[in-house]
Amino acid sequence: MSAFLLILTVALVIIVVFQIGKSAELARILRGEEGKEETNSSLALITSVIGFIILILSIITIFIYKPKFLPVSASEQGVWIQQMINWTMFFTCTVYIFTTFLLFWFVYKYQYKKDRKAFWFPDDLRLELAWTIIPAIVLTVLVVLGIQKWFKVFSPAPSDAIIVEAIGQQFKWNIRYAGADKILGKKDFSLTNSDNELGINWNDKNSHDDFMADEIVLPVNTPVLFKLGALDVLHNFNLSQFRMKMDCVPGIPTEYWMRPTISTDSMRLITGNPEFDYEVNCSEMCGSAHYNMRKVLKVVSRAEYDKWAKDQSENHSYYKTVVLPAMKEKGGEISMNTDTTKNNIKH
Amino acid sequence: MEQTIEKIATADHGHGIGHHEEHHHVETFINKYIFSQDHKMIARQFLFTGMIWAIIGGLFSVLFRVQLGWPDATFPALEQLFGNWFTDGKLDPNAYYMLVTMHGTIMVFFVLTAGLSGTFANFLIPLQIGARDMASGFINMLSYWFFFASSVVMFSSFFVSGGAASGGWTIYPPLSALPQASPGSGAGMTLWLISMTLFIGSTLMGGLNYVSTVLNLRTKGMDLFRMPLTVWALFFTAIIGILSFPVLVSGVVLLVFDRTLGTSFYLSDIYIAGKALSNSGGSPILFQHLFWFLGHPEVYIVILPAMGMVSEILATNSRKPIFGYKAMVFSILGITILGFIVWAHHMFMSGMNPFIGSVFTLFTLLIAIPSAVKVFNWLTTLWRGNIRLNSASLFSIGFVSVFISGGVTGIWLGNAIIDVQLHDTYFVVAHFHIVMGIAAFFGMFAGVYHWFPKMFGRFMNETLGYVHFFVSFIGSYIIFWPMHYLGMSGVPRRYYSFKEFQAFSQYDDLNKIISMGAIMVFIAQLLFVANFVYSIYRGRKMTKDNLNPWQSNTLEWTTDVEPGHGNWKGAIPTVYRWAYDYSKNPTGADFTPQNVPLTEEELANESKKH
Repeated sequence: MSAFLLILTVALVIIVVFQIGKSAELARILRGEEGKEETNSSLALITSVIGFIILILSIITIFIYKPKFLPVSASEQGVWIQQMINWTMFFTCTVYIFTTFLLFWFVYKYQYKKDRKAFWFPDDLRLELAWTIIPAIVLTVLVVLGIQKWFKVFSPAPSDAIIVEAIGQQFKWNIRYAGADKILGKKDFSLTNSDNELGINWNDKNSHDDFMADEIVLPVNTPVLFKLGALDVLHNFNLSQFRMKMDCVPGIPTEYWMRPTISTDSMRLITGNPEFDYEVNCSEMCGSAHYNMRKVLKVVSRAEYDKWAKDQSENHSYYKTVVLPAMKEKGGEISMNTDTTKNNIKH
Repeated sequence: MEQTIEKIATADHGHGIGHHEEHHHVETFINKYIFSQDHKMIARQFLFTGMIWAIIGGLFSVLFRVQLGWPDATFPALEQLFGNWFTDGKLDPNAYYMLVTMHGTIMVFFVLTAGLSGTFANFLIPLQIGARDMASGFINMLSYWFFFASSVVMFSSFFVSGGAASGGWTIYPPLSALPQASPGSGAGMTLWLISMTLFIGSTLMGGLNYVSTVLNLRTKGMDLFRMPLTVWALFFTAIIGILSFPVLVSGVVLLVFDRTLGTSFYLSDIYIAGKALSNSGGSPILFQHLFWFLGHPEVYIVILPAMGMVSEILATNSRKPIFGYKAMVFSILGITILGFIVWAHHMFMSGMNPFIGSVFTLFTLLIAIPSAVKVFNWLTTLWRGNIRLNSASLFSIGFVSVFISGGVTGIWLGNAIIDVQLHDTYFVVAHFHIVMGIAAFFGMFAGVYHWFPKMFGRFMNETLGYVHFFVSFIGSYIIFWPMHYLGMSGVPRRYYSFKEFQAFSQYDDLNKIISMGAIMVFIAQLLFVANFVYSIYRGRKMTKDNLNPWQSNTLEWTTDVEPGHGNWKGAIPTVYRWAYDYSKNPTGADFTPQNVPLTEEELANESKKH
């Protein structure tokens, strides 16, 4: 019933407007004006006015909504991106306002008049050159500035960077820290099975102090290198408040680094939101719950981070808390030998 | 005197393709309306099919906008209409992703490629260059029926278990390759791949026909540089299609192999649904390269025909020659060439080497130059013109406006460094919908209103045309302008719901506005369809003494009210001049059609120049 009503309402709206249009056309024929729509000068006025209103609103609303844009970048990298946006904003807004203004001004100014003749102006080399060369210069500036910053953002990570591994999986993030030794244990896809989804090689001693984290915790002002991967389909490790993202690709390791500059607590003050948290989300379509891959990221002082990391590594290392107990329970049946694990995959 | 001039002009251009006799063949219902080889009928078939797809694609966008605008409300009415896409009055996430995917596929391929370029390339190329039909009427017919078959296959995919494809219109593997990753990656994806292969067959047959027709069948005197810009645009569009669509076939075929034969072109080291797969060594990024090698030129396939028609309609309605005709032709050429070397700007964040990103930034921003030239040339065409406003010219002006608004944000996204922040946010959605969605639709509407009298011998209702334009124009800005703000706030695209995230859940007001705009614009399009169908049967008639209602210069207006197969009853008109002699002589005619011989004065001027 309600579906029927919905269709009926839409149909009625269309029929009403349609009838108005039809009678307007009939009236025009009665007045002998059919096919002379160009004489309708109010149309030129309406078009220009609407054009100008759109132009003005499109600029004003930028300032209205600006407070709701992302807060100031929480990473050094994001600040460089913001600079580039500012430059681009300046040039594109100028062009947008200038050309849109001309367009709707011409529509009004040069509207059809019976006794006017259009100006014969098929070509002008100087004008053509001007609006080829000027955009070329502006774009060159933008390209040079952009590429410089691009290489700065995707430069090799500093050697003191903390290494965090983020592996996307439908529909969650697996976060692994390197632990006290600062080296991530080796992985091997052939070791992957339901007991060891990430395929970590437990024979590599470096893996024994690695820990999996529910929340990402980072020290402020210290570079962090994210090593990215995906188990099943493409994901994208997006840190919107830090302005950084990169796809996670099954079979192909990717990475980026950044330097967080604003701690969670400071950002709570900046945004005036005591509940504020940095959030990781997935930015590459990955299936039906793509919109639910949330992970909280905390930026804390170096001291807090060191304390947290030490505790995690010592008391919550994945190997000690999960792998060892499981092995003991099964009486050591889970062999750490690569070859036998390979056979496990087969069935 | 007149006669001597005509003789000179004819002698100048030698022997053209002057076969003057009428085509005599028996017309039955089937070979006139169904398996027709007449380019005009095929054009109408493309247009009708495209319109049906546009209604479906538009309806899909309304459905998912309802979910995004009112995430907490329930809609029992929609559940009654769409069955199991809705559960308890709410759109199901899988159905949401299917609708998003199919909206993209339908709009990009079926509406804006087949419906736009299929319609107008078929209709306008032979009529405007003075040919009796396409180079091969039969292949042209096949082109439509391949499109039809492709449509049937795609439509049937809604009814298979798991539903139609749901991995985004870009169908990135591994999501699209693994049925266990998403319900839409099962039978629905198989049908998507079959449908797309048929579709590419259709595009290739059409494209080869357009190119050979333009190169070989121009009438006497129709030099390349006398062709209307519509023909230039459609010509380059066809070339782009011929060169890029086959690459998508290769991408699709490899994906079919991965799905069915167990190959590993795109798959490597995958652990899914509790199982490690044996695929090794493939690269999902390879698929993205193959896809975007078509996918990017595809946006020019969509926009160039619209640009061509808008150039033609703006010149006609401002009673002025198009400004910088040659610059326009060369900018189309520039866009065509550059369009092939910018594809990886869709992949800045895909994990490819950052060095490649910098190269593609350079080429991408370069392509803004020919685009800027075109905008300035349109503006100069309007400058000091005598602008007539009708539905066609309103939509052309609207086209220029949205092309500017959507074009400038391309300079943001084309710069890899800014793309780091904005990639896969609503900013991107805003950009490409305005610059290639709305703009191409506006170009298409302008074309429909302008050439409707030639297609159906009647006029569309102008008042309804104005309503259609103003609602669509204002509505487009209401829908897409706020999406820039969502993008600047970091809101990611392809999200079924934003509730989970603190950062993205505070824009309910904007999302509501956008959804209301979408519904409003959709209803305006239904009004257009009503106007279109009504006018075919009951519109104001075009009469014999008003064969050229817009006082246009191009050849299609020299034909009968409803030209038969063969287009011109008698001889094909000879062409003596370019298509843009509007208001040439301050005291003389307002327009001079291409088939009018040069006057003595003009001849004298010509010889002075040389």
